[in-house]
Amino acid sequence: MKASYTLALIGVVALLAAPGFVPIYLVHLLIQILLLGFIYTAWSMMGRFGLISLGHGAFMGVGAYVPALLWNYYGVTPWLGIPCGVALSALLAIIIGYPCFRLKVVGHYFALVTLALGQVVQLSATAARDITGGSLGMTQNASSYAWYALQFTDKTPFYFIALVVWIGGLLAWRWLDRGIGREALDAISEDEEAAASIGINVMREKMRVTIISAALTALGGALLAQYLLYLNPETVSGIGVSLQIVFAAIAGGMYSLLGPTAGSLLTLALTEGLRVWFGTRFIGAANTIYGLLLILFIIYMPKGIVGTGIDWWRRMRTRTKLPLEVNEATSSV
Amino acid sequence: MDIYLIEAIINGLLLGGVLALLALGLNLIFGVIDVVWIAYADLVMCGMYAVYWLHVYYGLPIGLACAAAIIFVAILGVLVHILIIAPVLNAAPINQLLATGGLLFFLQSFATLLFGTEFRNLGIRLPIIEIGTIFISYARLLAFGIALVGAMLLYAFLRRTYLGTAIRAISQDREIMGLMGVDQRRIYIITSAIGGGLGGLSACLLALQYDTHPFIGNTFGPLIFMICVLGGLGNMIGGFIAAFIISQIIAIGSYYQSTEWAYVIAFMLFIVMMFIRPRGILGR
Repeated sequence: MKASYTLALIGVVALLAAPGFVPIYLVHLLIQILLLGFIYTAWSMMGRFGLISLGHGAFMGVGAYVPALLWNYYGVTPWLGIPCGVALSALLAIIIGYPCFRLKVVGHYFALVTLALGQVVQLSATAARDITGGSLGMTQNASSYAWYALQFTDKTPFYFIALVVWIGGLLAWRWLDRGIGREALDAISEDEEAAASIGINVMREKMRVTIISAALTALGGALLAQYLLYLNPETVSGIGVSLQIVFAAIAGGMYSLLGPTAGSLLTLALTEGLRVWFGTRFIGAANTIYGLLLILFIIYMPKGIVGTGIDWWRRMRTRTKLPLEVNEATSSV
Repeated sequence: MDIYLIEAIINGLLLGGVLALLALGLNLIFGVIDVVWIAYADLVMCGMYAVYWLHVYYGLPIGLACAAAIIFVAILGVLVHILIIAPVLNAAPINQLLATGGLLFFLQSFATLLFGTEFRNLGIRLPIIEIGTIFISYARLLAFGIALVGAMLLYAFLRRTYLGTAIRAISQDREIMGLMGVDQRRIYIITSAIGGGLGGLSACLLALQYDTHPFIGNTFGPLIFMICVLGGLGNMIGGFIAAFIISQIIAIGSYYQSTEWAYVIAFMLFIVMMFIRPRGILGR
């Protein structure tokens, strides 16, 4: 345990110092990795308990569009707009989550209901083209008050915002892990009826994790849009984005704390790497390899990179320890 | 009544035929193998490209190109089952859905890599039929007719033949049928081939009406899942009715509002229906 704390400390220090000595391009990538990692972590909070949502783009979309629209039309600062978007997203999660859990919509059906939800948000944003710009997307009005408008010409402030939010996401994960809630959710994902019969409030546990997941996803979406200063229904809440969230989280490992972030690192490294390597000659190359990897991951490594790595490491440790234990056992007989 | 509204209703009806055929293929796989092929619409996209290349590039007659495309997608269906579904058949159900989701990414990107993002049109101009002051596209009428015939042939196959009976039986109880001496693996492969073939047929019908591009699956993919579930799992007649309900909502909604709002209404209806009638519109 001590060792992992030291490692975490070194990691945080390295991340804090990063903008000082890495090139600006890498800072740009790191911001996206952290923000996307945060969103994937938020998704995994539900996903690891068998609540597979294919519509997290809905929460991302609400989180991104509400502050942008409030800013452009009423001049409301994102400092107020983002909480509004997050609250609205949480409300959406309640509206969809409550009947789903009450009526025991699970598995495939839950996935399809959330998929439909994502479509509703994406198509609404497209259809309301008079205010959102439709599928052409929209840009936040420029402002010279950097912190007031959350628009920076320099990348460093945003890097620190992303870092703080990402660490906050990891802490939220740890907070959910502590206490009885986590065990309760594990039990629910194994057998809902049995969990209910031993007095677990299935409804409350599921709602709690769903609302937190939706709210954090909305926050991530809002910051991403604020960073890129561009929103588009397709890239913010389309079916592609929703699936991207699911798959990056799975590839990285949705059962481990750092798994989703590893997924975001892997995805971005792959896309950027192939883009730099091939240039624009092979537009679909990155996603082709990505899709192929996903299929292989789900078949052979459902726990993802980090999960499989941890398992492998544990097995190595027990294997080296085993002969000792056997010796002790025989000597005591 | 407004003449344009009638036209919208008729066009909705004609669209419903192709949607019904697509939902039928997905429903068969959903009902028999108990797997959701998220990438089903993208297999259809592959079929549309097959028709396009065979007809426009290699100059094959359209009928031959269509036949080849149907066989091509049927083979793709079998490959999907053997390579992707079979290894995860005993894993958590959601893994199967996700594995085909990976296939969705793969197919869309691979198509982009191979063909680029241009919209490709077969370049076949079919006549437009004029009844009074109503205009109906011949391509749509043809698609509707073929979809209807295809659905009826499938129905007859499932009802009248020995193999069809086995397929229906396995969708009702897969464990008992194994004990009765039905080779589950064989049935699954045949079902995947039929499901793929229906996708291929739909691809031919869609290629006549729409431009082909790598992301066309995203436009009607979610729609056919909705229809499939709305109709009730494994309930072919329910799926057929649901296809027409959804297509009418879209057609009439597009007439009064924009197409996007019509889709929004359709998806919201689906969510509400999942809560009040989870077993489908004909379910008990």
